[in-house]
Amino acid sequence: MTEPLLSVRNLTVEFPTRRGVLTAVQDISFDIMPGEVLGVVGESGAGKSMTGSAIMGLIDRPGRIAQGEVILQGRRIDNLPDAEMRKIRGRKIGMIFQDPLTSLNPLYRISEQLIETIRTHLPLSEAQARKKAIGLLDDVGIPDASRRIDDYPHQFSGGMRQRVVIALALCAGPDLVIADEPTTALDVSVQAQIIDVMKRLCAENGASIMLVTHDMGVIAETADRVAVMYAGRIAEIGPVRDVIKDAQHPYSSGLMGAIPRLGANLDRLTQIPGSMPRLSAIPRGCAFNPRCPHVMDKCHIDQPQAVQTAPGRRVACWLYPPQDGTGANTERQSAQ
Amino acid sequence: MLAFIIRRLAQSVVVMLFVALIAFVVFRYVGDPIASMVGVDTRLEDQEIMRERLGLNDSVIVQFLRFIGNAMQGEFGISYRLQQPVTELILSRLPATIELALVSATIALVFGVIFGVYTALRPKAWSSAGIMALSLVGVSLPTFLIGIGLIYIFAVELGWLPSFGRGDVVDLGWWRTGFLTESGLKSLILPAITLSLFQLTLIMRLVRAEMLEVLRTEYIRFAKARGLSQRAINFGHALKNTMVPVITITGLQLGSVIAFAIVTETVFQWPGVGSLFIVSVQVVDVPVMAAYLMFIALVFVLINLVVDILYYVVDPRLRVDGGAGK
Ligand SMILES: Nc1ncnc2c1ncn2[C@@H]1O[C@H](COP(=O)(O)OP(=O)(O)OP(=O)(O)O)[C@@H](O)[C@H]1O
Ligand code: SF4
Ligand SMILES: [Mg+2]
Repeated sequence: MTEPLLSVRNLTVEFPTRRGVLTAVQDISFDIMPGEVLGVVGESGAGKSMTGSAIMGLIDRPGRIAQGEVILQGRRIDNLPDAEMRKIRGRKIGMIFQDPLTSLNPLYRISEQLIETIRTHLPLSEAQARKKAIGLLDDVGIPDASRRIDDYPHQFSGGMRQRVVIALALCAGPDLVIADEPTTALDVSVQAQIIDVMKRLCAENGASIMLVTHDMGVIAETADRVAVMYAGRIAEIGPVRDVIKDAQHPYSSGLMGAIPRLGANLDRLTQIPGSMPRLSAIPRGCAFNPRCPHVMDKCHIDQPQAVQTAPGRRVACWLYPPQDGTGANTERQSAQ
Repeated sequence: MLAFIIRRLAQSVVVMLFVALIAFVVFRYVGDPIASMVGVDTRLEDQEIMRERLGLNDSVIVQFLRFIGNAMQGEFGISYRLQQPVTELILSRLPATIELALVSATIALVFGVIFGVYTALRPKAWSSAGIMALSLVGVSLPTFLIGIGLIYIFAVELGWLPSFGRGDVVDLGWWRTGFLTESGLKSLILPAITLSLFQLTLIMRLVRAEMLEVLRTEYIRFAKARGLSQRAINFGHALKNTMVPVITITGLQLGSVIAFAIVTETVFQWPGVGSLFIVSVQVVDVPVMAAYLMFIALVFVLINLVVDILYYVVDPRLRVDGGAGK
């Protein structure tokens, strides 16, 4: 079996606040294999972006990784000094942000931003970097790239800017791309194109993708596996077709009801009444219990642990009690 | 670009005309010009003849137009007090004020930006807290107190620096500079610091607030996520964006440095336009007051114009109207 590109093990992210410690991400574990696309879905505030930031080592203070490990290509990276981490950001893991209107520096030409990033990571001359940058812009579908490269961000439309952002994220050839809602801020008409460009380039480079999105349609079309997050935890993770066809966690089955409408937005999802609890008011036991149609007594007392229900499939719900009766985390034995 | 400059120029002209109106009203209606010009023993008939000769009996419109016409030729009449052409007086005092203002503005800008960036990059450090606390003092202490305090410490107690005047100046024909002599430079230190302190703290707080804001933006996050060095992010990406609004404010501050120079010049008996103005107010030397008003307005208008053009040069979003747009 091949080694996973990225392993997240029991990751917990905490924010100490005046009114106590908020746990934005709690004890989550997952792997991403080389070349694989992992979709991450969940309501707003579920901890999707925080997971990405934790992997990148970019959690804003006072937040911190309280527990767990992030392992990239067999090497632990969550405790690296910043100077080491900088060699990973951009070079090993690229990141695409949500809003292309704000993720480019308005005062620098596209060429300057690209060349600066390329030369930070690769031993190229200015001229070589520029050539590579033009090639990249070509690849992401910017017409007339050799001329447009010297334009400023505001001279591009939103969709074009997101292509530039993709070029920037990919310019040093990362092995993993974390795309945090890369199309949410875009016009519906260009969303599919952007996803296509990203997917094609990553496939060409053999890069894996962690694709955070609210759009179940995109997940269904793009991802190999999907992780469903709820209140800072992974409710269910598994191959995308299995999860869609036969969601096991009551929360994911509620979500999957939205798929037939392509492009459906989870925020407008009404299948599941109620809303996700705030971090400061997560109920005891299973965080989903106030909204769950299958809620049992046990759900109010103990937090369900992730249980492997099929190869590569894990669910955290008392409908699937641990087989060995100990309630221990079975995910440790089952990377992937 | 050209259209932009022309538009701004037109606006400037309107502003200047408006100020000219005020200056004219001051000139014409604060006190009686004739009474101020002549002695008490001049006969009424003679006063009437002078009034006629100076055109003071013409309609207000005609007088105003004449005032503007004269002003455009740099003609503001004769100082009542010194019996010299006002323009000549102001021009002879101008170098002192401009040298003081330039040095102060440079101090304010350089240290304001340095401290602002420093405190923004280390918001939690003790040194930042110290600088911020000191800056509060800078904002709240009146200029004349700071000036007097500095004089007391460095001139009276320590005797290191002169307490008043400009020291020796070198006459370059069209400009009398204090930059070329030791006593000139020494004399400049205390007033320049006094005058700069307020602007310095202002710029520092502005830079700090602006930089903190910029450091929170998505493009800085994205720059970090691309693995750019701390230096490239802080001093390339963040600082450049910080400076866009700072340029505007700082430019305008330069105008107020010249205007605020009045207090500093008085405290240090600095022979500049500011102290000329104060003396003129005391003796109601109206032509000088009117001319000073016009002069300060001109300074503000010119600086505004330069700042706008600079802004235009720095921020590409203003430069290009075309492109795909939003
Ligand atoms: N600086 C902070 N201090 C305290 N809590 C924070 C902070 N930043 C984020 N959080 C909390 O962390 C939780 C996870 O946020 P995150 O941004 O990961 O959500 P998300 O799943 O990406 O949501 P969205 O779909 O809205 O992007 C949220 O409940 C949020 O309130
Ligand atoms: S643990 Fe209980 S409340 Fe939570 S999802 Fe499963 S059945 Fe519902
Ligand atoms: Mg998010």
